[in-house]
Amino acid sequence: MPAKPKVAFFDFTSCEGCQLTIVDLLQTHLGLVNLVEIVQFREAMTEKGEDYAIAFIEGSCTRKSDEDRLRKIREQAAVVVALGACAHLGGVNAMKNRWAIENVQTYVYGEDGKAMYESYEARPISAVIQVDAAIPGCPIDRFEFLHLVQKMLQGRAPKLPDYPLCVECKLKENACLNKLGKPCLGPITRAGCNAICPTYGDGCEGCRGWIPEANFDEMREILRGHGLSDADIDARFTMFNHYQMQHMGDDAPVTTTVSPVKDEPLPTSTFAAPQEEPVR
Amino acid sequence: MTENIRVNVHHVTRVEGHGNIVVDVRDGTIEKCELQIVETPRFFEAMLRGRPYNQASHITSRICGICAIGHATASLRATETALGVELSEQTRLLRKLAFHGEMLDSHILHTYMLVAPDFLNVGSVLPLAVSHPEVVQRALRMKKFSGDLCQVIVGRHTHPIAMTVGGFTHFPSRQELESLREQAEALLADVDATVELFGTLPWPTFERETEFVALVQDDEYGFIDGVIGSTDGPRVPISDYRTVTNERLSAHSTAKHAAFNRDSYMVGALARFNLKHEHLHPRAAAAADHFGLEPVCHKPYMNSAAQVVEIVHCVDDVIMLIDTLLERGVEPEAPAPVTLKPGARGVGSCDVPRGILFHEYQIDENGLIEEANCIIPTGQNLGNVDLDLRALVPTLLTETEDQITLKLEMLVRAYDPCISCSTHFLNVEFVGK
Ligand code: SF4
Ligand code: SF4
Ligand code: SF4
Repeated sequence: MPAKPKVAFFDFTSCEGCQLTIVDLLQTHLGLVNLVEIVQFREAMTEKGEDYAIAFIEGSCTRKSDEDRLRKIREQAAVVVALGACAHLGGVNAMKNRWAIENVQTYVYGEDGKAMYESYEARPISAVIQVDAAIPGCPIDRFEFLHLVQKMLQGRAPKLPDYPLCVECKLKENACLNKLGKPCLGPITRAGCNAICPTYGDGCEGCRGWIPEANFDEMREILRGHGLSDADIDARFTMFNHYQMQHMGDDAPVTTTVSPVKDEPLPTSTFAAPQEEPVR
Repeated sequence: MTENIRVNVHHVTRVEGHGNIVVDVRDGTIEKCELQIVETPRFFEAMLRGRPYNQASHITSRICGICAIGHATASLRATETALGVELSEQTRLLRKLAFHGEMLDSHILHTYMLVAPDFLNVGSVLPLAVSHPEVVQRALRMKKFSGDLCQVIVGRHTHPIAMTVGGFTHFPSRQELESLREQAEALLADVDATVELFGTLPWPTFERETEFVALVQDDEYGFIDGVIGSTDGPRVPISDYRTVTNERLSAHSTAKHAAFNRDSYMVGALARFNLKHEHLHPRAAAAADHFGLEPVCHKPYMNSAAQVVEIVHCVDDVIMLIDTLLERGVEPEAPAPVTLKPGARGVGSCDVPRGILFHEYQIDENGLIEEANCIIPTGQNLGNVDLDLRALVPTLLTETEDQITLKLEMLVRAYDPCISCSTHFLNVEFVGK
């Protein structure tokens, strides 16, 4: 019997929800741990091995000092898989890219605390290292992960669907939310999650990324038809895909220019302003 | 007797998020003793600015994959308070049910997969699956139930879909509720076995008097809404949370500290048990007796035992909630309406698995968020962890460094720190500052 492939999991800036989804998968597919040898999975084990062939990386890169760690993983692993929207797209972390970094640092940690936390523009890991495959979603779909692992064990490259979510949604015979007056990004979003959000009555938010040739203008018109403001529509287009929009240049359907720092006073939260002395 | 010890546990594993324990004892004197947070900050509060109010719960659930429903709930309560939303009884019942699903999932993950391996002398849950397969299988069965519960009510645990401002976008069918109820009944044997297992573990007896803070309600052991209670006496309305968390700059460091009536306080299952044990369902109260838990219990390692008590309570409460829902019938209803106005402010709070959590928003007349603040449980606990470490280390000096390291790691794990939710941290000591 050939040796089992050695697998390691890593997390960068993330909520760890994708790793937890894999822990959840083990509830029904415990046999998976016999097909591979897990050498590193901080979520579930203390042991730590540095010899691995497949690296699953969760989370975005949000600081310069993480780049080296990413490059080391790339050197060691034969295959690097981006796990979830944070790693694949930048995900929710990239919403902060709307402002210069000093702005968000000051807002959360105040004038005195802003320098204590290193951070820079949030980005997908593919902006730093070469990535061989991605499992989209926020969080990932556990069965898509399973499917990918099975494919990889057979030495085959998995392929992501490049048709819109609406195709899956119609197969599930859901009533179309956009027709019911509820905003849904299904027409421009990559399928593969079995249209889980529309199935639970909520519009798709685009966590799996856009299909090639997504028609943003038409999508915007549909959303305007629901009475949404452009600020609201921009917020929807950028919830998981801010980084992509930023890097579309002039073609971007939303304005992602960073607010200037020099001309604007840095905001401090009126909520979180720390007091000098405790109020007792 | 060890005169000099240096413990530097890099990346405490088996906790959500990243933390380092640093202990430096020279000639029997503690030079340094702290839990350091090495997580990257995520800036959620800054990100929420300018976003529509109805996105907030979906964004903030991404603060933490394990407390996703908790963050979503606190976020919704903040928005709903700001926008004057009155919830229906059905919405409240369904929210409680989803919340229990997450509480069970988190507590089972923590007690079985993160705490039990320490006591059973195995490195982690993977070797535990080899040495004690029945224990791991039971944990997975129980976890699957909590996942199924979340799925039926909100679509998935991480990240909930059907919870929205003012109500729900999807409703469980009668068959789904009946089947969940059956599964919950069937789980009771596993619940009993859980109490038995954790009753046999040698809980460390370390004790240090401190203050406990949790949400309290008049008539139930609840997790959503209520008032802020303290074992030192005061009751504070949720809207005044800042007088409890008291973030302040201290003279010796630029980090923020949380302190209410003492230098630090503890939140989480043990705090809840200490403050509202009289509302536990009988089976859960019996489990507490079995563990020798007595209010006010000042033994931090017992936080994990209190989590087991809450597992028992929540399974019973799930059955009761489902019975109520089946009796009144679940009807699809539109979310309750919001009233937009300039500068609407609201605070929402719930007691998530790791303790009391606050979200506060200010929303403008167009429904866009102007200001946001989130105070997470782990941030509130950090000061208390440091003081526990300081009290504990001198009692361990005769032990080997391995033993000391394990006991310190176990202490940190008992707090179940969820560091990935570093929206904004309190009381972090920085090396070199
Ligand atoms: S993709 Fe979503 S679920 Fe996964 S780590 Fe990022 S925020 Fe969490
Ligand atoms: S609900 Fe959304 S995903 Fe489904 S068909 Fe309509 S637009 Fe497409
Ligand atoms: S429906 Fe849309 S937002 Fe929901 S999981 Fe699928 S791609 Fe993501």
